[in-house]
Amino acid sequence: MDETAARQTMDVDVVCVGFGPAAAGFLTTLSRGLVNDDGTPAVESAVMPGLPLQVTCFERADDIGTAVSGVVTRARAIRETFPDLDPSQIPMAAPVHHEQVAYLLDPVGASRRSATLQFGDRMIRAAARWLKVEHDALPLPYIPDFLRKDGGLVLSLGQFMQWVGGHVMASGVVQVWPGTPVKEALVDGTRVVGVRLVDQGTDRHGAPEAGFMPGMDVRAALTVVADGPVGAVGRQLDEQFGMPAGHHVRDWAVGMKMVVDLREDSGLQPGTVLHTFGYPEPEIFGFLYVNDARTASLGIFVPSWFDSPVRTAYRYLQHWMLHPYLWRYLQGGRMRSWGAKSLQESGKRGEPFLVGDGYARIGEGSGSTNVLTGSGVDEAWLTGSLLAKAVLDLASAGTAFTKDQLTAAYVRRRRESWVEHEGIVAERARDGFHRGVITGLIGMGLAGLSGGRLFMPVEPRRPHERVRPLEQYFADRIPASEVARIRAECQQSGLPLHDALLERAGWPTVPYDGALLVSHQDALLMGGKVQAASGYADHVMFEDPALCRACQNRLCIEICSGQALMPGADDVPAFDREKCIHCGACFWSCTQHVGGHPDRMNLVFRAGSGGLHSTEN
Amino acid sequence: MSQPFHIVVCGSVAPDPLQTLEPVMGPAGPGLKNEMLLPNVLDPWAAHALFEAAHLAKSVAGSKLWLVSLGPKAKLQQVMMTVAQKVPFELVAIDGPAGGFVDAVETAAVLADAITAIPGLDRARLLVFGGWESATRCAGATLQLVGERLGIADQFQGVDRLTLQPDGRVRVLERIEGGRHQVSICEGAPFVVGWATGYLPEPPNNPQVGMANMRAVMPALQKARPAVLKQDGLTLVRVEQPKQVRETRVVKDLSADEIARDIVAWIRGA
Repeated sequence: MDETAARQTMDVDVVCVGFGPAAAGFLTTLSRGLVNDDGTPAVESAVMPGLPLQVTCFERADDIGTAVSGVVTRARAIRETFPDLDPSQIPMAAPVHHEQVAYLLDPVGASRRSATLQFGDRMIRAAARWLKVEHDALPLPYIPDFLRKDGGLVLSLGQFMQWVGGHVMASGVVQVWPGTPVKEALVDGTRVVGVRLVDQGTDRHGAPEAGFMPGMDVRAALTVVADGPVGAVGRQLDEQFGMPAGHHVRDWAVGMKMVVDLREDSGLQPGTVLHTFGYPEPEIFGFLYVNDARTASLGIFVPSWFDSPVRTAYRYLQHWMLHPYLWRYLQGGRMRSWGAKSLQESGKRGEPFLVGDGYARIGEGSGSTNVLTGSGVDEAWLTGSLLAKAVLDLASAGTAFTKDQLTAAYVRRRRESWVEHEGIVAERARDGFHRGVITGLIGMGLAGLSGGRLFMPVEPRRPHERVRPLEQYFADRIPASEVARIRAECQQSGLPLHDALLERAGWPTVPYDGALLVSHQDALLMGGKVQAASGYADHVMFEDPALCRACQNRLCIEICSGQALMPGADDVPAFDREKCIHCGACFWSCTQHVGGHPDRMNLVFRAGSGGLHSTEN
Repeated sequence: MSQPFHIVVCGSVAPDPLQTLEPVMGPAGPGLKNEMLLPNVLDPWAAHALFEAAHLAKSVAGSKLWLVSLGPKAKLQQVMMTVAQKVPFELVAIDGPAGGFVDAVETAAVLADAITAIPGLDRARLLVFGGWESATRCAGATLQLVGERLGIADQFQGVDRLTLQPDGRVRVLERIEGGRHQVSICEGAPFVVGWATGYLPEPPNNPQVGMANMRAVMPALQKARPAVLKQDGLTLVRVEQPKQVRETRVVKDLSADEIARDIVAWIRGA
């Protein structure tokens, strides 16, 4: 063990944190402008004179294209970058050819539906023949333009990112390093001067062990923050520099998804896009995108405004797949890959300061997701592409990456873009969901049809401000004494509460078939191929364990996508790094805030390595 | 004190061992289902060889290290993003097929030719390293054939440890039956080592090493010459997945004895 190992430093011109769609758009566009046709530098490096701008990107996951998700996108920005894009060259890509939105009725009678929804369901069933209700689902006869993806693409984002990564690396002028998490931004006063990588060769608590290597300091004139909604660097900057007045991130969702081998006669055509709402709980939305004749990406979104204190994406995903509307396609299928990801659902409301001295922010963590159209990949891509153009302008002119210069070159471009214009329309579109599903749907409709002028005037609350005690939430279904008994039993057996409580509340047992319906643990092994390299510290910890002991709603355990957080022996959730898929849902589901700061949660979610090894999601 | 070595590691890509690998017989012959979609890694056996080689090169001043890889160029490029961060090496890339269904004889011929063509390579100092076996489930014969084509008589397979002695000779620990090691003393280069797992941990990711490597890796990939393997001397009749029974239980803190008893009971009951 060498605790005194010196911290290495490296100088580059531009360092990028994270390799998602935004960084891919950034690096693709940037790499095309760094070298002239004759091979000479078009933009010269300050740290290595005579060479092109030195650009390096650090991705925390073990490979590029892991830990991302199936997607349908209009692909406007992507096509602008690749005008001759041929979907057949990208594995699992298909042009959108058919879209349907369906309201799912409750075929098992366990869903928690309001009186209004129950009345609506009865009306729908009564008029089933006239409304063409089949398989317990009401297909909507009309999809508003703002939700349509005409001319778009169904993509496996994992495969798309691998395809883009290949192009970027082949340019030879930018470097992408997977398996290298960034711990934090290096801040000098108000200026970001680079990043520090996480330490390697440590025990789970971060103490040096054999092969200890302190995280390298990578100093750069520009730090591009593209580490997504739960990225450590983006959240650090939010904390350090604050948010613009009126901006906050209070809406989240966890998207849990699978890639499924369909049976031969499923009848689904490539490019089919199905969206659902209403089941398994009214708050949960679902999607099924058909990649090719035998492959579909599917999943659900569990939002932070779903108030259940035992919200579990995995169990609900299985009930969703078993709905007759979907099961007719999925029966006989086989799970090929599986994963989950947090989504920042505040959209433009969650936009941080986009630039500062020495840094710029792009992608989902910069508030680019359109929460009305449910689109984020193309928007993220464009923000990256716009920043690349700005960087080329500034670097070519020899201008420093100051806040003012980045504002003029990048923020101006962004304000003039369709991401901004459509983001403004969407900004308050989802606020109504904080008062209920029907209010939320009405709010979306109002915002979408009025161009954002009309919306439901509801101020979003923080996720932890919404969660009610278990006993109160289940008061209409399970006596408090029984909740207490189940809580004690689960604690003793080291299990989350959701399975026991959902089954007691009327949800049927999931009929495992060993192929598509498998245990949560098997999903990790068969679908996620989850792995964590040794030599890194735990990236999930609790700032004040006493708060965990007093916590009665351990939502971090219930929502954990990988069962990496389980009841612990000392009444503090136990974290198993080898199962974590880095979705980050535990971070925004923590119900305990510390230090009197309502946005600083007791669960600390840091940068870490490992996670999913599937590149098909 | 030893003379500097010229160490050549033969290693290519393999599907990430965490993936579900399903062999299928397609129109172009046997392969893996959805093979092009599978993430790849440097074959773990070859990776051990590379880390051991880098350790040896670092300990003997003046030594040089090459990684000779025969594989699909796009996959090699992807894997280099991770591998290049680990240890310093020079890449010799050959664009061609890699996997468990490629003829070892032809593969060995391509690799031996590539090694012979390395500029400045001193055959008297040559050590050829590679994996004793391969995660691609290939025959495990390639490295031995490479050595034979290069005319190297001293070959060690299943090596766990290689120690330089003060007199310049090399002590080799080779796995043999019964969980034992055979100890050999080798006079020195040239020799071939098929590594088992070795003793070294995986080196940490070091972007500085990566940046230095990549200056040569990308040009090497760009000029990778294509290799056509005719496969006309080998016929694969059938491929199938071994029958398996899967049962997952999550338990913590069991002793090795308890786990062993549990597995024996499960096998007896299966």
